[in-house]
Amino acid sequence: MAENKGIAVYCEVKDDKMLPIAAEGLGIGRKLADELGQELAAVLVGSNIGNLAQQAIAHGADRAYVVDDTLLKDYQADAYVNVMEKVIGQIAPQVLIMGQNDCGRDLAPRLAFRLGVAVTMDCVDLAIDPASKRLLQTKPVYGGNAQAVFTSETNPQMVTIRTKAMTALEPDASRKGEITSIAADLQASDIRTRILDKVVEEVAGIKIEDAEVVVAGGRGIGSGEGFQQLEELAKMLKGAVGASRPPCDNNWVPDTIQVGLTGKIIAPELYFAIAISGSSQHMSGCSGSKTIVAINKDAEANIFRQARFGVVGDWKKVLPAFNEKVKELLAS
Amino acid sequence: MNIIVCVKQVIDPEAPPSIFKIDAATNKAEMRGVPPVIDPYGEFAIEAALKVKEAKGGKITVISLGAKLSREVVKKPLAMGADELILLDDEAYIDGDSWSTATALAAAIRKNGEYDLILCGREASDTNAGQTGPGIAEILGLPCVTLARKIDVADGSARVERVTSDGYDVIEVSTPAIITISNEIGEPRYPTIKGIMTAKKIEPVIWKPADISIDASKVGAAGNRTRVNKLFQPVYEGKCEFAEGDSAEEAAANLALKMREAKIL
Repeated sequence: MAENKGIAVYCEVKDDKMLPIAAEGLGIGRKLADELGQELAAVLVGSNIGNLAQQAIAHGADRAYVVDDTLLKDYQADAYVNVMEKVIGQIAPQVLIMGQNDCGRDLAPRLAFRLGVAVTMDCVDLAIDPASKRLLQTKPVYGGNAQAVFTSETNPQMVTIRTKAMTALEPDASRKGEITSIAADLQASDIRTRILDKVVEEVAGIKIEDAEVVVAGGRGIGSGEGFQQLEELAKMLKGAVGASRPPCDNNWVPDTIQVGLTGKIIAPELYFAIAISGSSQHMSGCSGSKTIVAINKDAEANIFRQARFGVVGDWKKVLPAFNEKVKELLAS
Repeated sequence: MNIIVCVKQVIDPEAPPSIFKIDAATNKAEMRGVPPVIDPYGEFAIEAALKVKEAKGGKITVISLGAKLSREVVKKPLAMGADELILLDDEAYIDGDSWSTATALAAAIRKNGEYDLILCGREASDTNAGQTGPGIAEILGLPCVTLARKIDVADGSARVERVTSDGYDVIEVSTPAIITISNEIGEPRYPTIKGIMTAKKIEPVIWKPADISIDASKVGAAGNRTRVNKLFQPVYEGKCEFAEGDSAEEAAANLALKMREAKIL
């Protein structure tokens, strides 16, 4: 355990770009590395990604390790776990940070068990314990009803971080760092899965994770038609429509716009929660929003505990009048 | 088809947040006055297993781990249509993290014998980690597909639709394999009266650590590789400013005005 040193961040690459979650990982990684007086390493895995290592360095890494192989073109757990096991074995970091997203949810636990450690998934805060110098890993549990602070008993101390919970640094293109290539040493037969198809369910307009304004509806909207009124408001404010889980489970709206623990975790400037009671599992997905505005007929609804503005009333009456007034205000 | 499903008894996640309490002395959470339930994510895994069984036939064996498990709770999967129940029920198993829990479950799966599919929920509703399924895969050396919304089984392989943030991937995996199930698989069925009657007659098999050839120091809290230092409830300021009016329409207009004033609109 003694020889593990430094912070490593797995920097996920998709469509020849480093994902924002990677920059967020490097941002918090830099802070932790500085506090410990240690180095920050970036790990990039993929196919034809050589030019991205400098980007990781610009975002705060002292050095970058790159594994570039055609077998790594698409994420497949068997390939990535093998490669990461090799790379992490070589770097032997004290802390390994990954992202809590499609890939991290799958890769992080597999890699952790391969390395003989447990990972703390979906952390919203990371800090160094002043006394022990170990990593304090805070994550929501019980569907967001509570938070737990974990420490690891083994090395590397492994975590995934929640989207948008950490802040990326402004990239500095003049930063210098050493780039090391590591061979993948993979055989096609190592991979026991095959990707037959990647289906993208297109959503018209702005993607919910990129939108500055999100207008979300809950069970109380009652039907797919009801969501059209939400769309009207979203359009006026150049935002996107979202939903809590019940409208998705009832097929009123596509699953891809679900906001919550099992859907998207978003942090827009403005979040409208319309006929959403505000279960902890839903709040997990939107509590990072700058301003939450709630419309709900139940004055005791949980959503009002985190909302900045609210109206107690039937959304069917409130929303059309609100849309009307917004239209008037935007025109003036 | 031999299908294993791992499910967990948890405090009821659907109970209102207002009765959620933490005992600071023990770092344990409870839903005051509400009985425990089968983890809803685990129920999706049961539902997935039942769908596979309907298509291909076979036997569903459910494994639950804990101490003093409520028979009424852990028998629900049997009432839904599963065939056998194994309980790792012993004080030694409790307070385990994903490492020690996956270690015990993997040992039980090994002892139970042949399997084609091992299904788990995408995560548990208490830990929200999603680590046990992939962890078992590593221990048993099996391939794993997470976040499934559909499974079609063929000879020696399964075709799985895996939920992604912008749709889904279709992945073919050789079997035996571990698959974790997401809520998109569809609502779990309700137990039928007949199912409940059948479940009553099925005696669960109970395995202590020695029965699965594992040292008690490797399971439960003793086998942990992470430690919970603190469990707490986040506090919200609750400073919601309500827009009011004589009618819903007036309140709505006032809301827009308030937001304009705060420069949010």
